[in-house]
Amino acid sequence: MSRDTVRDILCESRNGKRLSRDQAMTLYTQAELHDLAQAAKAVRHRLHPDSVVTYVVDRNINYSNICVCGCRFCAFYRAPGQKGGYVLDSLELTTKIREAMALGATQILLQGSHHPDLNIDFYIQMLTAISDQFPDLHVHGFSPPEIMHIASVSGLSPSQVLDRLIAAGLASIPGGGAEILVDRIRQEIAPNKCSAREWLDVMGLAHNKGLLTTATMMFGHVETLEDRVDHLLAVREQQDRSRGFTAFIPWTFQPDNTALSARKATSIEYLRLLALSRLVLDNVPNLQVSWVTMGAKIGQLGLFFGANDFGSTMIEENVVAASGVSFRMSQEQIQRVIKRAGFEPKQRRMNYSLISYETKS
Amino acid sequence: MPLHQALRQHNLSGIAEKVEAGERLSLSDGQLLFDCPDPVLIGSLAHTARVKRHGQKTSYVLNQQINYTNICINQCRFCSYHRKKGQDHAFELSLEDIKQKIQARARMPITEVHIVGGCHPDLGLDYYQEALSTIRSLRPDVVLKCFTPVEIEHFARLEGISTHDVLLRLRQAGLDMMAGGGAEIFAPRIREKICPEKISGQRWLEISGQAHGLGLRTNCTMLFGHLEDVSDRLEHLDLLRTQQDTTGGFVCFIPLPFQTKNNRLSGITTLTGIEELKTIAVSRLMLDNIPHIKSYWVMLGLKQAQAAMFFGANDLDGTVVEEKIGHMAGADSPQILTRWELEEMIKGCGLIPVERNGFFTPVQGGLQ
Repeated sequence: MSRDTVRDILCESRNGKRLSRDQAMTLYTQAELHDLAQAAKAVRHRLHPDSVVTYVVDRNINYSNICVCGCRFCAFYRAPGQKGGYVLDSLELTTKIREAMALGATQILLQGSHHPDLNIDFYIQMLTAISDQFPDLHVHGFSPPEIMHIASVSGLSPSQVLDRLIAAGLASIPGGGAEILVDRIRQEIAPNKCSAREWLDVMGLAHNKGLLTTATMMFGHVETLEDRVDHLLAVREQQDRSRGFTAFIPWTFQPDNTALSARKATSIEYLRLLALSRLVLDNVPNLQVSWVTMGAKIGQLGLFFGANDFGSTMIEENVVAASGVSFRMSQEQIQRVIKRAGFEPKQRRMNYSLISYETKS
Repeated sequence: MPLHQALRQHNLSGIAEKVEAGERLSLSDGQLLFDCPDPVLIGSLAHTARVKRHGQKTSYVLNQQINYTNICINQCRFCSYHRKKGQDHAFELSLEDIKQKIQARARMPITEVHIVGGCHPDLGLDYYQEALSTIRSLRPDVVLKCFTPVEIEHFARLEGISTHDVLLRLRQAGLDMMAGGGAEIFAPRIREKICPEKISGQRWLEISGQAHGLGLRTNCTMLFGHLEDVSDRLEHLDLLRTQQDTTGGFVCFIPLPFQTKNNRLSGITTLTGIEELKTIAVSRLMLDNIPHIKSYWVMLGLKQAQAAMFFGANDLDGTVVEEKIGHMAGADSPQILTRWELEEMIKGCGLIPVERNGFFTPVQGGLQ
């Protein structure tokens, strides 16, 4: 296909025309990097005309790493009985939250594992304790595989699990556990995790119950380029149905300390996928960079490849760190790189409403 | 076409035409490029210039770095590496040490040995001559890329002979090529603040020119992101290309972002990623007569070094064993990359890996 054909597709896409699977593949495999970036940037500015780049102040709290899922890409989990397994007790949990709030956190990302012995009561208790002590804190917690797991351990339907967690204080759902939403790949890298359909259905249920969620993608392991595009299309299709995804967050697989060997994805592969995501996901409002896997420099560059959000300050992060990657950024550093890129940094909430410090108590 | 629209919007159409036609950019063109708020646009122009010269080919070298001493009579403010004689962590390698380091990697298919060090107060020229001839006898085929103009001037002063004669004697002992360090920023106003004891920019260029005159090829560098401003960088690039017009021996330009840790300029905040990339891109665009631009992963970090391949750079440097100068200044890159890692990284950027030697001549032996 000629560069002109590719540019025609880019042109249509930046003007708001929905990309077909074939067109997305053409762009992904043939568009020149800088052209792809320019189109993604144009779409970003159409969706978000003001030059604001948002970020959220939160802490990733992992309530447990004891997991029966055994995903091959994971460096974080411990099998039941294995050394190093833990479940946070309520004192540890509240201490972590207090520390985070002292640093300006508005929310926590509460995620854990597929613990074999903890049923819904544990989770309800944990959420109730949090909302009793921290009524203003937004709890962004439990990815769809956890919801499915809690349902199965507790003999409930995913819908019942969601209802009870919401009643106990769950405010939104993180998009983790999506990995690649193609079952052939899930079988290979995470055979015990919920299927692609189940992941999407839990998100649909949550959206229908009024919860907002994000969506993620972990790429750069055994999947093909087509699988990545199919993942984007699955998210887009679900969003057409249930409209509750606030943001899409792609990141690259970090192979160290995992059971899966792969060449580390390059920043160029990351940036291409980031830009393509912006073009394909015409119905998902926000696109986040993943500085925690790519570092501050590529995170900043991502703002010119379609992203409008710098993600979280991640006061604590354990999962990526377990694979030996240790990029850290303070809120000041995040603000600085956003400003130096010519954008205005603004702290946001999970629902992307902005936090104004004048009115904050 | 969208790209052309964006170029027009930022008053860069004229520059884009010059780049297409291979015409020289003026200093004010350079200023316009730095002023453009969209780094990807600048990157795309630099990438055009890169592709015109090198296509998708991206080179790397299997090399060994040896830093023979960190004892230095200069006290450059940006340097985390130098020590005074007798100070803690001061070191100097004996000729035997150097020999052992070379022998330790004798089985590896290295094609370049890179040797630089501090301006040691009493190592004589015979030490350097002997080091070169020892390495030459152990590794007859490698490109010996050693010493910067700063060291050459220092050797000459100690020995009481001209730099021309120093170069002649080193060439006779086996020197193939000179390293490009010590250029820092040529502007005297900045040099006074960051490296007052070091030779002037003018002298640095002169010695490079002398080497070129003797048939020695050399590299050149620019240390940026400290006290200099954008116009200092542009002037630096302009002086390099003017020198190159006259003597023609520069092979590769290496833009070096200042590393902030452990030195006396520590109050400075580093440039952010896009400012580094823009500087690399503008370097490619201004230096129309220097064939290669290196993305030095030791200083940039791996992910940024990969991105730089689309911002004008066409070389990833090498396997680099035992680099000390950047790492002592806080560079958090690994100490070594294997050939496989370098090749996979280049392919993972959608580019074509080519193994080269110190002269940038392709060598056989790269993985298929």
